[in-house]
Amino acid sequence: MRHRPRGENIIRFDSVGLRYGLGPEVLRDVTFALPSGSFHFLTGPSGAGKSSLLRLMYLGLRPTRGRVVLFDRDIATTRRYELPALRRRIGVVFQEFRLLDHLTALDNVALPLRVRGVRESEIRKHVPELLSWVGLADQLGAKPSTLSGGQKQRVAIARAVIGRPDLLLADEPTGNVDDHIAMRLMYLFEELNKLGTTIVVATHNESLVSRFSHNPRLHLEHGQVTRVN
Amino acid sequence: MFGRHSDLPLAGDATSRFLPWLVALMVFLAAMAVSGAFAVDEVMSRWDHDVSGTVTVQVLPAGGDRAEAATEDRVRQAVDLMRLVPGVLAVRAMDKARTLALLEPWLGGTDVVRDLPLPRLIDVTIDPDARIDLAEIADRLSRTVPGASLDDHRVWLSRLVNLSRTMEWLAIVVVGLIGLVTSATVVYATRTGMAVHHDIIEVLHLIGAHDDYIARQFADRAFVLGLGGGLFGLAMAVPALSALGWAARRLEGGFLPSIGMPIAGYVVLGLLPVLAAGLAMLTARLTVHGALARMP
Repeated sequence: MRHRPRGENIIRFDSVGLRYGLGPEVLRDVTFALPSGSFHFLTGPSGAGKSSLLRLMYLGLRPTRGRVVLFDRDIATTRRYELPALRRRIGVVFQEFRLLDHLTALDNVALPLRVRGVRESEIRKHVPELLSWVGLADQLGAKPSTLSGGQKQRVAIARAVIGRPDLLLADEPTGNVDDHIAMRLMYLFEELNKLGTTIVVATHNESLVSRFSHNPRLHLEHGQVTRVN
Repeated sequence: MFGRHSDLPLAGDATSRFLPWLVALMVFLAAMAVSGAFAVDEVMSRWDHDVSGTVTVQVLPAGGDRAEAATEDRVRQAVDLMRLVPGVLAVRAMDKARTLALLEPWLGGTDVVRDLPLPRLIDVTIDPDARIDLAEIADRLSRTVPGASLDDHRVWLSRLVNLSRTMEWLAIVVVGLIGLVTSATVVYATRTGMAVHHDIIEVLHLIGAHDDYIARQFADRAFVLGLGGGLFGLAMAVPALSALGWAARRLEGGFLPSIGMPIAGYVVLGLLPVLAAGLAMLTARLTVHGALARMP
């Protein structure tokens, strides 16, 4: 992991706009910068564009206007074959988990390591450790279809953090788990943050935001970001 | 290749069921075309080898009371003339008994045939490297020996060789078309597979998989399916070709040289399944790369 010195911007949006096809702009003039090693909540009402903003951040979309700079690279001028290297520095917890149903929990978590060409012996060592840490030691060989919503979410989180990313983006990561597991996951995120990972957690859960109110918040409303705190 | 990890559940795809059958059919057809081309080429080269160094003099039988003796006289004159030609290695007049033996398969061996005024033939072996003006000799022969004419096999042989070359090109075109059809099917199968597994491909893409990591999985699968289908198609072609060879050997009857295939033909036949599998693999790889290039 190549964490940057704390304080330098890991991601910067300048006047970014996004529209799907010929529809209206879902994001307008979005401008912000996240310092390396920071921990932000991304809040806002449903339909405000939180998932779209996260998709822009994890390079799942290209902006229709404006400039996105990630790890000091202007995405508009970055060559396509260089993008996988940037994506490998980002961990993503998708709102709908997006686990691969035909793979076991262990193989799902191992995916980011396999695409990097990590040896199987390393994978067999580290993945079970992480799954144990999120309380799934007895579910290594389970397929997602046999897991509960909370268990799937923990597998998704384990997959996002297994590669020790520089930037972790989580879309409603605590939406399907009870308070105890939610707190445990948040502590995991904070541990990662202490190790240098920049964290952005999109959530509706106001009580969770309040409990971790020492972290700044990006609030999104009507397609525009306003910094709170 | 076969032991490599795959994240995509391609084994259960519907396309996996029809692709091997299609490749099997294509390899079967390609095997037929390739074998035909090699067999024709082999026959032609043997024929060419057998007759390219020879010409035949034909002497029409003389009429009158002493027809037999007069004809023998004409044959002798023709033999003497041909022996004087530079580049002629041997001259052998075919006696009447040999001529009758050649005609027996068509006309039978009855006394009526024996009494027919048959033309006499003279085999002339010439040095293949010698530059002989056959037209001039034919002219001299017809002027010197009544009823004698020179039959140069090269004219009709060259037509046969042209026919053989045409058939070879036709076989190449057929194999090319078979390759195109196979590629088009693999493109369709791969695109269908990509549409079915779009969500998985997107996840792999977003966690940092290079395009080739995804393309390789489709390519490996296409290779395995293509090789399996190709081997099956070749296995079906072997008995079909054996049956054709057996039927051809029954037809030969001394007219055609023995029909066979050179070693190169067997090598190409053996390579067909591998070539089909390689083509499927390459096509799948390029198709996936093309499709992924449109992703952000």
